[in-house]
Amino acid sequence: MATIMKVNPTRMELSKLKKRLATARRGHKLLKDKRDEMVKQFLELVRKNRELRAVVEANLKDVQTSFSVASATMSPQAVEEALICPKQSIELETSTRNIMSVNVPKFDYSMTGKDSDIYAYGFVTTTAELDVAVSALSNIVSQLVELAETEKSVQLLASEIEKTRRRVNALEHVMIPNLEVTIKSIVMKLDENERGNITRLMKVKDMMLAEARQGERV
Amino acid sequence: MNKIACVGDRDSVRGFMAIGFEVRTADTAAEAEKIVKQLAAPDSGYPIIFVTEEYYNAMPQLISAFEEKAVPAIISIPGKNGSMGTGFAAIKALTEKAIGADIALNT
Repeated sequence: MATIMKVNPTRMELSKLKKRLATARRGHKLLKDKRDEMVKQFLELVRKNRELRAVVEANLKDVQTSFSVASATMSPQAVEEALICPKQSIELETSTRNIMSVNVPKFDYSMTGKDSDIYAYGFVTTTAELDVAVSALSNIVSQLVELAETEKSVQLLASEIEKTRRRVNALEHVMIPNLEVTIKSIVMKLDENERGNITRLMKVKDMMLAEARQGERV
Repeated sequence: MNKIACVGDRDSVRGFMAIGFEVRTADTAAEAEKIVKQLAAPDSGYPIIFVTEEYYNAMPQLISAFEEKAVPAIISIPGKNGSMGTGFAAIKALTEKAIGADIALNT
């Protein structure tokens, strides 16, 4: 329920409030547009995120299976030894992208070391299963990075949308109605004063006329 | 010099060593939380941190603390026991948070 603000019912206040109402209406419209556009972007991203995650999880499951097979055919020490010293390293470049004034990260990675050279171990102590697992894993790096980027963007957008929605609702259901009823009450008060003034003038005039008439008679 | 970090139990994450991720192993969820906290500190150089679902679920406060920051992205990945659906649950929760209903589920 809209409440009347505690302000003095003067013309000054009235024009101030009218200006505030205009600003609030404009802000409300702009924020509403912002929210709608963000929701649109968000839905696209969520859809992408969902697809990517399904792909990544399926791939990772295969990788884990391959690793289980590899560790079944090799001693744990040998697996560890083969993996511990990679030939490849991944470097990540972070920049930001702007989606509706939300800064979301953008990751670019570069691998040092050639694609053909992902196996950082000799072939004597390791089995073919390990090779399969490692190559499968190195193939999904780009998906993993993309998933991280998308998921982070979704998180950031979600909280921004929530904030914007709250602002829109606050303007729509609190600010604007409050301003409207306050303006209405001030207008009524001013009108009432005006009427009071007119009545008083008429009364005074009557009294003066009556006095004048009495003076004539005497 | 930014790198990708990966935190989880030994069996789940050791493969990531081979492709040049920075791998930290943890035996307990508490240990994992401590490691993630270290890795996520500003300017530590790990904009992406993958955490196995098992441990990811055990540190909700830490995760939500970084949810509104642009980096690092703390992302759950299925561990050796397969997917527990944490990732999809998170997407669902975010959709509900943003839109009020999970309307993207059907598409």
